[in-house]
Amino acid sequence: MNDTLHSHEAPIEHPGYGTFIGVWLLLLLLTGCLVGLSHVSQTYAVWGLMTLTPLKAGLVFYYFMHLKYEGPVFKVVVLVTLGTLLIFFALLFSDVAFR
Amino acid sequence: MSGTHATTPEPSYLVDTGTRTGVLAWLTTTDHKRIGLLYLYSMMTFFFVGVGIGLVMRLVQLTTFQKLITAQTYNALFTVHGVIMIFLFVVPGLPAIFGNFFLPILIGAKDVSFPRLNLASWYFFIAGAILAVLSLFTGGGAPDTGWTFYAPFSLKTGTNVSLAVFAAFVLGFSSMLTGINFITTIHRMRAPGMHWFRMPLMCWALYSTAWIQLLATPIVAITLLLVILERFFGIGIFDPAKGGDPLLYQHLFWIYSHPAVYIMILPAMGAISEILPTFAKRPIFGYKAIAFSSMSIAGVGSLVWAHHMFTSGMSGMALMIFSLLTMVVAVPSAIKVFNWVSTLYKGSIDFQPPLLFALTFIFLFCIGGLTGVMQGALAINVHIHDTYFIVGHFHYVMFGGTGMALFAALLYWFPKMFGKMYSKKAIYASWFPMFIGFNMLYFGMMILGMMGMPRRYYVHLPQFHTMHVIATVGSWLLVLGLVIFFATLLYATFKGEKAEDNPWGGVTLEWTIPSPPPLENFDVIPTITRGPYHFEQEEHR
Repeated sequence: MNDTLHSHEAPIEHPGYGTFIGVWLLLLLLTGCLVGLSHVSQTYAVWGLMTLTPLKAGLVFYYFMHLKYEGPVFKVVVLVTLGTLLIFFALLFSDVAFR
Repeated sequence: MSGTHATTPEPSYLVDTGTRTGVLAWLTTTDHKRIGLLYLYSMMTFFFVGVGIGLVMRLVQLTTFQKLITAQTYNALFTVHGVIMIFLFVVPGLPAIFGNFFLPILIGAKDVSFPRLNLASWYFFIAGAILAVLSLFTGGGAPDTGWTFYAPFSLKTGTNVSLAVFAAFVLGFSSMLTGINFITTIHRMRAPGMHWFRMPLMCWALYSTAWIQLLATPIVAITLLLVILERFFGIGIFDPAKGGDPLLYQHLFWIYSHPAVYIMILPAMGAISEILPTFAKRPIFGYKAIAFSSMSIAGVGSLVWAHHMFTSGMSGMALMIFSLLTMVVAVPSAIKVFNWVSTLYKGSIDFQPPLLFALTFIFLFCIGGLTGVMQGALAINVHIHDTYFIVGHFHYVMFGGTGMALFAALLYWFPKMFGKMYSKKAIYASWFPMFIGFNMLYFGMMILGMMGMPRRYYVHLPQFHTMHVIATVGSWLLVLGLVIFFATLLYATFKGEKAEDNPWGGVTLEWTIPSPPPLENFDVIPTITRGPYHFEQEEHR
């Protein structure tokens, strides 16, 4: 009784080049925002890194790594991994932010 | 479960049936059982090197042998002892040997999901081991940092830290690939009818372990790469002189290395959960509680890393949070112990060597675990941090726990793996010096720690000498026990009597196939119709 990772029966719709180029441009824009924020102040840079970087990573996962077209098990696995990372960050901040 | 015996016996996996024969057949095998044995042989070699180094470190504490080695060599020895025992023996120990050998059989599969990746994992393991050995004799010589490679000392020392941490990096790949393989195997390869709650508990333990291997190992891998980059290019991540944060290194190191403790102990607990029902002749008590406790140990155990850093100067808030979480992780461990003891209660106990070592595991692990909870309390931790108490405590967990469980598992599955039976009397004879020596050595260390003896010291003050002598004599007894134990098994491998297919009366799938198992384990993939520990039906038959 195995888990179904994703269905091979249903044809998967792949996005066209337009989508990939659009996402790529969005990633460039977000990178530009991050660089800009880093010139404003350290606080802005940190908040930018903590919010925009996961967003960028999410876009890469979702489109370039095809997560959008995978079954629920893969999505859960990625969520567990990212959730674990988030908890690690929170616990690290319990030290750094209160030193 | 349906019958799985072949009508005409297939040749065992130990017989070369492919185009290659001899050593070449072993070095290119993709059979999970052979790969398990490759790990077994290589790890036992590393284990005895580690034991030898430990023995020398103990000898130095005796007046007669004080000049045996220099202080610098002593620093190198405790580093190498730690690196070998942690990275080459205890971390990969049970999952790589028994996970590889038995996971597919326990779930009714013919092999793991990715057999070639499995062999690649072993080659990564051996490559990492070779690099670790090379680091002792090249560059500035053996690293003297301790196995933790703490910054900023590891960034400054002239010894060959770069190669040693690169070795650990390569070994990490072996661990991650094994983790991926096991997770996929458990999800995809279970026999028809084997629901999640029909899996033997060893599989649950391996599944939890594999998740830790997959999620935590990349963190230490990147951290170790940063150490190399900092040593070569001075990038200033961890070096305070360059604006770096040495505590960040400790955090990143322990984010992996504490869960690594659970990589070591969870499969050990899985093996114990297999052994106890077989020798109590009754179903395990609290199957689901044990299965879920494995998962919660993996989860909560990943969040307690900073209890290794209570005296490092991190914030008071972090101290409180990590102290609390450390106490919490004791709960699922205790659930397991209570369930094991309840399994034995009113069981029809068949006292055999694997049970003796399983009970030894429970006793020693409880001492190790409870002294661990003690250290979760901040005030006690400050008093005993970096003393021999810590060394005694983690040897109770690692050796008394994982080591004894590995021995128990080896005794339990040896007849299945090799098709031979060992001398039970010789194994009992090995247990006595091993048990007495173990407690003299490591309980002695805990007393020394309480008295104030710091760890990693080449010499000691006169008031500590008596306990040092007791601990050293204990180490001799321990080694004597180990030699008898492994000599017995080695002898049995060549000259042992032929073992029955099911010498212990076990009811999980491995006992339904011949000893040693045929190449593809099952002629016909079994259909599972019930849970793994149904002894009532066996008795009825």
